[in-house]
Amino acid sequence: MSEVSLVVNGRKVSGAVEDRTLLVHFLREHLGLTGTHVGCDTSQCGACVVHVDGKATKSCTMLAIQASGSTVTTIEGLANGADLHPVQAAFKEHHGLQCGFCTPGMIMTATDMIRRHPEGLDETTVRAELEGNICRCTGYHNIVKAILAASKTMSKASKSKAKKAA
Amino acid sequence: MYSVNYHRATSVADAAKKIKSGDAKYLSGGMTLIPAMKTRLAAPSDLVDLNHIADLKGIKVSGKSITIGAATTHFDVANDEKLKKVCPALSHLASHIGDPAVRHRGTIGGSVANNDPAADYPSALLALGATVVTNKRQIAADKFFKGLFETALKDDEIVTAVTFTAPAKSGYAKFPNPASRYAMTGVFVTKGKDGVRAAVTGAGDDGVFRSKEIEAALTKKFEASALEGVTVPSGSLMGDIHATPEYRANLVVVMAKRAVAAANA
Ligand SMILES: Cc1cc2nc3c(=O)[nH]c(=O)nc-3n(C[C@H](O)[C@H](O)[C@H](O)COP(=O)(O)OP(=O)(O)OC[C@H]3O[C@@H](n4cnc5c(N)ncnc54)[C@H](O)[C@@H]3O)c2cc1C
Ligand code: FES
Ligand code: FES
Repeated sequence: MSEVSLVVNGRKVSGAVEDRTLLVHFLREHLGLTGTHVGCDTSQCGACVVHVDGKATKSCTMLAIQASGSTVTTIEGLANGADLHPVQAAFKEHHGLQCGFCTPGMIMTATDMIRRHPEGLDETTVRAELEGNICRCTGYHNIVKAILAASKTMSKASKSKAKKAA
Repeated sequence: MYSVNYHRATSVADAAKKIKSGDAKYLSGGMTLIPAMKTRLAAPSDLVDLNHIADLKGIKVSGKSITIGAATTHFDVANDEKLKKVCPALSHLASHIGDPAVRHRGTIGGSVANNDPAADYPSALLALGATVVTNKRQIAADKFFKGLFETALKDDEIVTAVTFTAPAKSGYAKFPNPASRYAMTGVFVTKGKDGVRAAVTGAGDDGVFRSKEIEAALTKKFEASALEGVTVPSGSLMGDIHATPEYRANLVVVMAKRAVAAANA
């Protein structure tokens, strides 16, 4: 057993866990944050993607103890109260989900992708960046549409913020 | 996953000390080791985490001479501006490993130490004539890769860095497995002051290898057209549900043509 301490969605948390505990199990079972999903045993599906120190990470392929000392954001940490995050809003608007199982991972991957491409995204880039996220329902079309739309909204928002600041 | 004891190393010397406990293994990005532990294909008693050793991270470019710390992520190799200028083929290779989340954590040292027969980096190291630096010695890539998942490393030896001199030209092309994105065949070609080298991953029965046929043709003329009509023997190539040895033999030539075209672009 080891003591793990993290900042998750802005809150300091800690707990004693077995060293073999995966980060995803710590989030789901110890913290009750069940928005992060497990869809495979092979690190391929991306349902478990969270941000560790700001970077999209498969929480099924990292031990909780490895992440100790890090800052983690999960799907529960995106919305601002009742206001959906722009990526969540775009998935809703563009019907980017059906059963919703892959959605938390898709959205965490999408927000990371948009952050890394402030210049904007095109369809080819979005599809390549979604390499590690599998969806069995949608056929990806509306997921791609939602991400492109969110990327536009977010770059507009940051431009108008920059204007205001100037 | 079986029970395991985790240790965080603070320096290379500390890691070398901690590896002595039980049946321990080094943990770098964990993108190979943790999936293997989850499926119980690997069951180390202890893990020694190399991720918090500052000396193992980062990319140094001085003129044409390049040093990449073992714990440098695929993401950082893909996005390093200085490296992209002197050896864009290596950054291109790194940018096509797995997916963004795998690239955020997976490291060059882990990939090289693991020597998966379908991994991308081994072909680059072999074609670049790179040197693998460990906490004990320096090993030329030609002597480092020893077959499927086998390397010249001793059990407790730590890869600390990879070094090489950027060649005048280099290019990489892979035909990715449609499901895993590992190379079904990948070819890295270089043209430097010591001539032409072409290394193939994903295809050899015994892991990464240099192709005599491709090198001979490209030595005459370093252009895709020089590979017209060239064949490579399929006798020692892999055959599996994805591709027969003959199919891979053809892919080696096709990927080599694309790699040369990329090197000349
Ligand atoms: C979904 C997915 C897709 C992938 N696709 C690709 C792909 O397309 N191409 C590709 O090449 N790879 C691919 N990989 C593998 C990935 O690149 C791994 O990151 C890499 O092979 C191992 O690096 P690591 O840092 O994660 O090592 P780890 O998993 O931490 O370690 C791997 C092995 O190396 C040993 N080791 C680690 N570091 C050192 C060191 N410094 N010295 C000595 N021994 C060490 C460990 O003990 C272990 O045995 C993929 C992985 C996943 C999960
Ligand atoms: S659950 Fe993590 S990749 Fe599938
Ligand atoms: S919406 Fe069902 S798996 Fe993607």
